[in-house]
Amino acid sequence: MDVVGALQTGLQSAFGTQAAVYALLAIGLNVHYGYTGLLNFGQAGFFLVGAYGVGISIATWGLSIWAAVFMGLVASVALALLLGAPTLRLRSDYFAITTIAVAEVLRLVANSAPAGPVTGGPLGLQFSSPFYAVNPFDVGLNLGFISYPVNTTWAMLVTWSLVVLATLAVALLMSSPWGRVIRSIREDEEAARSLGKNVFAYKMQSLVLGGVIGGTGGIMWAIVGNTVNANTFRPQATFFAYAILILGGAASRIGPIVGSMLFWFVLATGQSVVRQAGSAGYLPGGLAGPTALILTGLGLMLLVVYRPQGVFGNTRELSLDG
Amino acid sequence: MGSNDHLVGPRRMSSIQRSSRTARAVRHPETPIDEEYRELRLRRRRPALTALVSLILALVAAAVAGPAVAEQDGAPAKGSSTLVLAQDEDEGVDADDVDEQEPEPGLLFGTLREAGDGIGGVELSVVDDDGQVVGTTVSDDSGQWEFEVEAGDYVVTVEGLPEGIALRDDDGASREVSVSSGGRTAVPFQLGEATAVSGRAVLFAQQILSGLRIGLILAMTAVGLSLIFGTTGLINFAHGELVVFGAIVTWMLNAAGPQLHLLIAGTLGVIASGLLGLAIDRGIFRPLRRRGVGLFQLLVVTIGLGLLMRNVLLIWFGGEPRQYADYIGQQRLTLGPFGLTPRVLIVMVASTAILIGVATLLRTSRMGKAMRAVADNRDLAESSGIDVERVVSIVWVSGAALAGLGGIFYGVTLTVEYFSGFQLLLLMFAGVILGGLGTAYGAMLGSLMVGLITELSVVWFPDELKYAWGLGVLVLVLLVRPQGLLGRRERIG
Repeated sequence: MDVVGALQTGLQSAFGTQAAVYALLAIGLNVHYGYTGLLNFGQAGFFLVGAYGVGISIATWGLSIWAAVFMGLVASVALALLLGAPTLRLRSDYFAITTIAVAEVLRLVANSAPAGPVTGGPLGLQFSSPFYAVNPFDVGLNLGFISYPVNTTWAMLVTWSLVVLATLAVALLMSSPWGRVIRSIREDEEAARSLGKNVFAYKMQSLVLGGVIGGTGGIMWAIVGNTVNANTFRPQATFFAYAILILGGAASRIGPIVGSMLFWFVLATGQSVVRQAGSAGYLPGGLAGPTALILTGLGLMLLVVYRPQGVFGNTRELSLDG
Repeated sequence: MGSNDHLVGPRRMSSIQRSSRTARAVRHPETPIDEEYRELRLRRRRPALTALVSLILALVAAAVAGPAVAEQDGAPAKGSSTLVLAQDEDEGVDADDVDEQEPEPGLLFGTLREAGDGIGGVELSVVDDDGQVVGTTVSDDSGQWEFEVEAGDYVVTVEGLPEGIALRDDDGASREVSVSSGGRTAVPFQLGEATAVSGRAVLFAQQILSGLRIGLILAMTAVGLSLIFGTTGLINFAHGELVVFGAIVTWMLNAAGPQLHLLIAGTLGVIASGLLGLAIDRGIFRPLRRRGVGLFQLLVVTIGLGLLMRNVLLIWFGGEPRQYADYIGQQRLTLGPFGLTPRVLIVMVASTAILIGVATLLRTSRMGKAMRAVADNRDLAESSGIDVERVVSIVWVSGAALAGLGGIFYGVTLTVEYFSGFQLLLLMFAGVILGGLGTAYGAMLGSLMVGLITELSVVWFPDELKYAWGLGVLVLVLLVRPQGLLGRRERIG
């Protein structure tokens, strides 16, 4: 068995654009869940509106890429407002169920044939943007052990830069007075309210902020791949983001980044091993996909029970009790 | 703000409940006598638990042998081509099949269904691009047909239909298709009732029937979801997999492997589901409750468990929808404006009877009262002498068994599919919230309504979006009446 090859695949995907996009999703989720205590199980919905915001703007309406990015952001804000208005006043389990349902409704609508003229229906949208035309690199990144093509290198630079930007912005915000109110809401909503804070408004702001960061993940997903397909935004995208967040440590600054790298490293290495075993005849073929998800599920269960603070999380910072 | 005023009361209530819950979680591990007692009880019960787990394993092992036998019976394509990535369950199947066909001839195939039932006896003709008739074929009892052709372009035409069946759109009698060498090309035709042309009223009647059918099944599965939430505060995101588990175990015992009659296989499937529920409670959630693990962590555990179970079922069962071996290809009965097959009628009658039975038991039996008492106020129930842990176990067993039965009914009326559990789960959530989270009767009422809304939306809106309407109701309910139809105000704050 090619262990080196499997590790190579793992490392390749740990630094790739997919890991960066999921890091953005997890940063957004960290704002929602880690700092504010909102049980958002519909991060896939923000992922979707960001990506389709770009896809529909470029492919269906023929707008420029900047206008498309703007539309993706507007769509994320709009989703946060629509989602938050009816549910933020309710108990957290209602919020969890509603968010997962809304994300699923969005996916069903985007995937349906009647929406085809706008969203491309089950075929999704393919388009081209000037993103790769402004690629300043001549050669791809070569680290010896792993290497990336030219265009991927450019996409990685932009996406990881956005990840760093988002991390810095969240870190700054959370050490500001605003962030202290947000965390006090997580710890004790009644206490924050009794100090005269408008809890609903703060929660809504947090939902919008995290949603926009998650939407940015979707925007980059669409721009990097030049394609949008509804199947990307199944509920398991949200579950992956939670696995990343818990792995890295909720309410920690660099948790989502480390978590995403670790998650994709383990997932891609594991998938590669299973695939090799499949082609060598040790296992029946086609097991790689389900196995990855089984491992994710098992990992989530063990992690949240035995090490809920993750790799970098701080147990004092965190009361995981939704 | 005026809206805040009336929230103060309920909020205070809920925070008192919450603090008492944490107090209990803290108290348990610190009492040494409790600890010893529990150790004793654990030791005493362990043999029973081991027996249960091994029974489940035995059942699973017996059923695993199923696909192997099916392959020997001459259906190699089905058994081995079904391992499909979860991400593209819709696409991967054809690509896999290509490897296993002979390279030369291609295959035209399709399944003719009307409201979920296969339609046999449909005559089709295949004409090549020179206008020569290549041949004709007739669909079998399950509505399936296939036709081997050389690679090329063809026109497939529906030549004759059984009485009472018509094509849904008038221009849709022919399809132009092309087949690649060794490829398989699906040729879809939309069938509907011949009388459907007469207007929306008939469609409406038909959809009310479908809505009741799915609503009754949803109600059966949702009772368990709601009771588990009520008694333990746990939102079980793995409940959909319990539904599918029952259906798949039954399929393995019925259509593959031992080939038991559906009634026997179904009984075993329900028992297996109940045992799985017990194993999940005893093996995972009871230890976690004792550790005082928070509700968010439990929620994530159910999500992980659901993901795990769903994909184990995918590996075990495959990605294709399948049918049970018995009661297929039945003649439709006509009752006034409603047309349905006997098996659907029996499923509807049976699920109604079971729901009435469950509601009666909840109201009158000692255990039912204890369940409602625990759901209402756990601490009060415990202090008035109810063995809460035992009640919770029974809730898990009966909830899982009902879920499994619902899954079997779903499989009987439609198809058995590994992914249907998650879709049903979201509809169950919608039903449970519509009826009032944590109330058993509410779950039944809400699920029935969600089933009706889902199916009735088809009368006016595209078929593909029916689940979206079901879930949309959820959001609407939260806006208008967040406590649900039968829920009480203080539960939601």
